[in-house]
Amino acid sequence: MADTRPMEHRQYAHCESGVVTALLRNKGLDLSEPMVFGITGGLTFAYLPFIKITNLPIIAYRMFPGSIIRGAVKNLAVDFKTKRYRDKREALAELTRLVDGGTAVGLQTSVYWLPYFPPEMRFQFNAHNLIVYGREGEEFLVSDPVFEHTVRIKTDDLQNARFAKGTLAPKGFIYYPIRVIPSVDFRAVIRKSIKRTVHMMLYAPMPFIGIKGIRCLARRIERLDPRKDAKAVRLFLGHIVRMQEEIGTGGGGFRFMYAAFLQEAGQLLDSPPLGEASRMMTEAGDMWRLFALACARVCKSKTADFNLGEIAELLRKCAAQEKLVYLLLKNSPLPKSSSAPAGPC
Amino acid sequence: MKVSEIPQDNIKTMQGEKKALYALDERGNYTRSTTSGWEAEEVVLTQVIDDFREKAREAAHRVRKKETSPIECFMYRRWMDPLTLAQAMGLYCWQVKRHFKPRVFERLGDKTLNEYARIFGVTVDALKNFPEED
Repeated sequence: MADTRPMEHRQYAHCESGVVTALLRNKGLDLSEPMVFGITGGLTFAYLPFIKITNLPIIAYRMFPGSIIRGAVKNLAVDFKTKRYRDKREALAELTRLVDGGTAVGLQTSVYWLPYFPPEMRFQFNAHNLIVYGREGEEFLVSDPVFEHTVRIKTDDLQNARFAKGTLAPKGFIYYPIRVIPSVDFRAVIRKSIKRTVHMMLYAPMPFIGIKGIRCLARRIERLDPRKDAKAVRLFLGHIVRMQEEIGTGGGGFRFMYAAFLQEAGQLLDSPPLGEASRMMTEAGDMWRLFALACARVCKSKTADFNLGEIAELLRKCAAQEKLVYLLLKNSPLPKSSSAPAGPC
Repeated sequence: MKVSEIPQDNIKTMQGEKKALYALDERGNYTRSTTSGWEAEEVVLTQVIDDFREKAREAAHRVRKKETSPIECFMYRRWMDPLTLAQAMGLYCWQVKRHFKPRVFERLGDKTLNEYARIFGVTVDALKNFPEED
């Protein structure tokens, strides 16, 4: 394939946006990770009290696994070849054939089976994305976007990781771009994707999505009773932060990534309101960090005399700040698509 | 968050690795930077690990008193609860909980034992012969 560059490893903030960014770059479409994250509509907030992992509710700060790939197909008109497998051997044979032929591919894997992760991080989390770009004997060469350097993995470990069972089971999910269109009208795409994110965050019809979801979680925190079971309260608060930090990107990281997207989009579209929205979103990210810090303090405290009202209030501040961002984005019309398609840089 | 404000707390759980994130440079432009971890992040991670370790210790104690099977102990050592383990095994939660009963565990078939051993990353022998001392 003439349009495929040799694989170059870069570290990214988030696994899925990182893998998609790297694969597109490899194919000749050079976008930043925040740009990919923003355009594919990666940002969200969802508090799902009825879906539990280790008996605690799911709290998502970004869209569900797989949505960035789908978003790239839909919004960037990229053709991705995607496949899931029933047969492990067939999956391995196809992967071997692809990487031996020089194609870098994205895989969905379970962190639990990846030996190069620190042991404390190896939870049953089935939606970690990585790139396999080559093979040497029984080892596959892996470019894992959240690591600084490339790593290697044995075939058996990779097979286990690709066929782990449970929630979000990867079923050997493999994906790689087969065609990219460098002449996408980025103005139109950015406008559309911001509109969609804003609409979801402000007007999602369910009370646990978007701004309403953040407030819903704040109410939940207020209803916790530290006198009854202080340990359970600590675990719940710790869990909220873990969903934000460890499975996320560090300190309200998705908010900072979206702020980076808004800044870049503002420069590209020459739109001052987007720049302003970016600054406000940065503040929202900082507020999420304060909230995380307050939760961590409770987790560390030995006594049960912490004020849950204050913590809920910090969360409501995040909600209020984010709402301002979305309202600003909603009320500042972005320039319509230009006659000449603008390049990404 | 500015680049200068990025926490660099060198947390243990990251084992010297660094994570990428986006922050503002001195001119107010977003740039990709790295962190060696944040203390708050370590606190909440250590919290859940300690919780699992405590449960594993307590389960080991009960294994020796023949009140539960080694499966429960290994489950906590690999940061899982009954539901997660059941999903990883492709079983129902009640089946896994039933396998905690020493009498049921003793009669488990090789196929099931092998699968448990594979998921825990131990040998079937290690699963069957739980040490009397730590």
